[in-house]
Amino acid sequence: MNLTLKSLSIHNGQSFDLTVPTGECVCISGASGTGKTLLLRAIADLDPHEGEVILGEAESQTMPANEWRQKVGLLPAESHWWFDTVGEHFSKSNPVMLKKVGFGEEVLGWQVKRLSTGEKQRLAIVRLLALQPGALLLDEPTANLDAENTKVVEQLINDYRKKTTAPVVWVSHDPRQIKRVGDRWFQIKEGKLVEGKIQ
Amino acid sequence: MSLISLTPLDLSLAAGLVLLLALLTHRMQLGLSKQIIIAGLRTSVQLLLIGLVLKSIFANSAFIWIAIISSIMLFAAGREVMVRQKRYFKGFWGFGVGVISMFVSSFAVTVFALNVVINSEPWYHPQYAIPVLGMLLGNTMNGISLAMNQLLQNAWQQQEVIESRLMLGQTAREAISDIRRESMRSGMIPILNAMAAAGLVSLPGMMTGQILASSPPTEAVKYQILIMFLIVVGTGFGTIAAIGLTSHRLFDKRDRLRLDRLKIRKG
Repeated sequence: MNLTLKSLSIHNGQSFDLTVPTGECVCISGASGTGKTLLLRAIADLDPHEGEVILGEAESQTMPANEWRQKVGLLPAESHWWFDTVGEHFSKSNPVMLKKVGFGEEVLGWQVKRLSTGEKQRLAIVRLLALQPGALLLDEPTANLDAENTKVVEQLINDYRKKTTAPVVWVSHDPRQIKRVGDRWFQIKEGKLVEGKIQ
Repeated sequence: MSLISLTPLDLSLAAGLVLLLALLTHRMQLGLSKQIIIAGLRTSVQLLLIGLVLKSIFANSAFIWIAIISSIMLFAAGREVMVRQKRYFKGFWGFGVGVISMFVSSFAVTVFALNVVINSEPWYHPQYAIPVLGMLLGNTMNGISLAMNQLLQNAWQQQEVIESRLMLGQTAREAISDIRRESMRSGMIPILNAMAAAGLVSLPGMMTGQILASSPPTEAVKYQILIMFLIVVGTGFGTIAAIGLTSHRLFDKRDRLRLDRLKIRKG
């Protein structure tokens, strides 16, 4: 499934056109305040916007918002949790995926407040991938992680992408990470996506 | 026992105590003396005026006058609900949610009580209609204000949590369900506490007033029980309406959390 943005506009002067082919990872960078997070939020239909977002054959506005958001999984830099234990946030256990990020099933009984930032983020990715989204929108998912946790997260997302051929939009500032995970790289400049060469 | 009528001197003595309190808070530099004096003046003027209004309405119980005064009371209560919110909706909704909720909590319940329970003749007889409506508006307003304030404050503070839940495919209703439940509890707890303490810890104001005005205590108690039941029902229905309308307005048709629809009250 391709992810296509047609004249996606969040605020004045911006208009994004982009197609992320099935299985491709597009990295996006840009100075602070250029609208990287707003772009991902607009794709996930979390903010009012103009233009179209299409995943496969489906345009975002043609289906209920909650179903659309489940299709285009958005992962922010910092995860949020609202129940006391980890397990309450999962509809069903997924031992294989938990193992991939270094946890046994016992983690489901752990108190959320005792988790470290890295543990929370690894579990947040499992929580998201368990919904089997058709595309991934990642907003600096490893910004608060150490090198080891970053590697685990990158591997998990890469595996998911290969297995499901989901298109991925990955906001990152780290050129080495972009080189590791990205197929194409864009910068947001003056409200437009400008393609650059991955080095 | 006959009614002991209060003279202006009797009221002046009570007012003297209020002045003494204002003086004390001034000496203690609590910054409350001005507010105490203004509140005392407002209470005196507002109650004296409503006394005069009620006196003339009792003498001429035309439906139109009762409808007018009831509407004024309703809109004043709706405004009061709005000004008690730290964050409130821009435009019509800021005022509208309060008025609609107060209508549900007080107007509808009062009309039911007058027609079905009290059976006054005519049903809008001002001696019953105005006091019952006043009691309901005054008492349900607290619960509704508390619930709305809690809902809007929590929605503001927990924006990331609500949006995280939306991102995981929850509907707006599911994403805000915990906050709605907590807000409902906040709105209902004061009246439930008051009901639990009634007669044991405190003698409710209306009943005390009736007894002081020479009604038999058993009659006063029956009216007080009726009023307490009406208040809890009114607070419950009004709070459900307020929370339903507020959480509906917090999201748009695409289940997006719209905190841009809120304004913050300064000061």
